[in-house]
Amino acid sequence: MPLHLPIAEIEVGNHLYWQIGNLNIHGQVFLSSWIVIGALLGVVIIGTRKMERDPRGVQNLLEFLWDYLRDLARDQIGEKVYRDWLPFIGTLFLFIFVSNWGGALIPWKIIHLPSGELGAPTADINTTVAMALLVSLAFFYAGLSRKGLRFFEYYVEPIPLMLPFKIIEEFTKPLSLSFRLFGNILADELAVAVLSFLVPIIVPLPVMLLGLFTSAIQALIFATLAAFYIGEAVHEAH
Amino acid sequence: MLSCLLLAEAAAPKGGLFDLDATLPLMAVQVVLLTFILNSLFFRPVGKAVEEREGYISTSRAQAKEKLAQAERLEAELKAQLLEARKQSLAVIQEAEQEVDRLFREALAMAQSEANSVREQARVEVDAQKAKAFSGIDAQAEQLGSLIVDRLLAA
Repeated sequence: MPLHLPIAEIEVGNHLYWQIGNLNIHGQVFLSSWIVIGALLGVVIIGTRKMERDPRGVQNLLEFLWDYLRDLARDQIGEKVYRDWLPFIGTLFLFIFVSNWGGALIPWKIIHLPSGELGAPTADINTTVAMALLVSLAFFYAGLSRKGLRFFEYYVEPIPLMLPFKIIEEFTKPLSLSFRLFGNILADELAVAVLSFLVPIIVPLPVMLLGLFTSAIQALIFATLAAFYIGEAVHEAH
Repeated sequence: MLSCLLLAEAAAPKGGLFDLDATLPLMAVQVVLLTFILNSLFFRPVGKAVEEREGYISTSRAQAKEKLAQAERLEAELKAQLLEARKQSLAVIQEAEQEVDRLFREALAMAQSEANSVREQARVEVDAQKAKAFSGIDAQAEQLGSLIVDRLLAA
């Protein structure tokens, strides 16, 4: 349902379709995600090319990021197992953060696509659902591999009455994770687009700044919740 | 989700905000791949560097602490030695003072006894001379007495 606002030529829900076999994929999402991943890998490769004991330049930034992500993972997952999950949590955070900020900061409009438009990969529901389902898989895997079948005790703790709620929770976790991220980023992009169409100068700036703030917060929330769910799954009650 | 996928495959893509299709699994694969790539390019090397530095810092800290403890031990030892030396010197000084005192007293006693003996000797001599003189005087007085008696009797 492409949405054409009467006053603005803002397109929502148009996609650049690529066809692989008889499967359709959203080309613009992959294009922008490759740019995001490329930027991420570029910084990482530059920063780790020459590691020194006295960090300088990009290595400093990377160590700061590593420290930040380690603290996040350690606080939520716990001292014992956080090492296994740090790369996953960190990758989620970095990918979402760079996607969000890239969507807000890179002038995508100058690249014209035959259909749809480039933007933050996280403003597409497919990306956020994919990551949310990965988080679900991750905490099931974490719990089962660490505690075996005892993992399912979690569903009847502290009392068996909790069972239906806990089962419903397993469905609401990925749903809320994906829709929170998707909704925030899409809403921010739309607000900026509408405002900058109506008043092209100065007025959209506060909303853009707010958007940068929201984007960073959303990346932090997604990563923190993912870590919290994994931590919950591996938590030993006694 | 599955029905959406099937729908998208069946009909020509209509688009829309909630258009779930093969983007989802491919994006998931992409994120997993990115996780592995970032793990080998970012998390492992940076983690190694940071932990090596933490190890270096803690070992240097431990070494510094050990050195400090050693220095403190040496200081205490030297202080004890100093104290001992001070005590010894004090004792030596005291001993020397006592020795001097003793020598002084001895010398004094010796001098006094010598003086006493000299005085005693002098007294004895004086007495002897006095006795001698007295006896001389007695003889003369007797002589004079007899002379006076003779003269008186003669007259």
